Amino acid sequence: MSQLRKLKKANGEIVSLNVITEKRPLKVKNFGIWIRYDSRSGTHNMYKEFREMSRTEAVEALYQDMAARHRSRFGSIHILKVVEITDNETIRRPYIKQLLTKGLKFPLPHRSANPGKKIFSYSRPSTFA
Amino acid sequence: MADIEITLASWKLVEVGRLVLIRRGPFAGKLAAIVEIVDHRRVLVDGPSGEAQKIVPRHVLPLAHATLTPFTIPQLPRAAGTGPVKKLWAKNEIDGKWAKSSFAQKTDKAERRKNLTDFERFKVLRLRKQARYEVQKSHAKVRAAQ
Repeated sequence: MSQLRKLKKANGEIVSLNVITEKRPLKVKNFGIWIRYDSRSGTHNMYKEFREMSRTEAVEALYQDMAARHRSRFGSIHILKVVEITDNETIRRPYIKQLLTKGLKFPLPHRSANPGKKIFSYSRPSTFA
Repeated sequence: MADIEITLASWKLVEVGRLVLIRRGPFAGKLAAIVEIVDHRRVLVDGPSGEAQKIVPRHVLPLAHATLTPFTIPQLPRAAGTGPVKKLWAKNEIDGKWAKSSFAQKTDKAERRKNLTDFERFKVLRLRKQARYEVQKSHAKVRAAQ
């Protein structure tokens, strides 16, 4: 916003504020998000997909993802649109596509039985199964 | 060359219908079934148990907070509602199977021991002593016979 319209805070006014509620918050949905963001060297358009329960969670995941991968701040990301993808055929990103395979199953091969219990131990933890 | 027998490791899998034990959070210690896989770290779970205090409402659970159990609800459709999950839960006798598992029995016992009165703790002490005495007696008999 600050990039889009140069505006002094004294002259601006918040016109409306809406809480976005989800119709089915207990259904896993796929979201496509189009963004424009300013990196250190220029402005980029981007399309990302997220698998979440609600639009707000998808947007939250987007900000985290952008911060992690590109070190971009909230202020430099401009969300253009958020769309729920109902047709699985139109999913574009392989990292979401792989979660849509039929009969998806996978093991959890490396786990510790009591995570975070103690810092020091006299025996190495068993991480197998 | 000697024949080498290779058996596949039988992993417990994260899959729809797998029952998980929740280890952390507000529903710690309760059992829930995986209804849908959100991604590689999170699953949607639902635990419509027959007993009211063991019910887990449908929510997203990080797999780091869960332990996979050997039990599954076979043929649970993906993203099934709480109603069908409850029906299949009862049909597969999940509550009964879980109560019979050694983990559940151990936690039950620990819970009961924790809530004993002083006199009951004393009774446990006496009974354990008696049981130990019998074991030692028979063991001594075996040793003497050798």
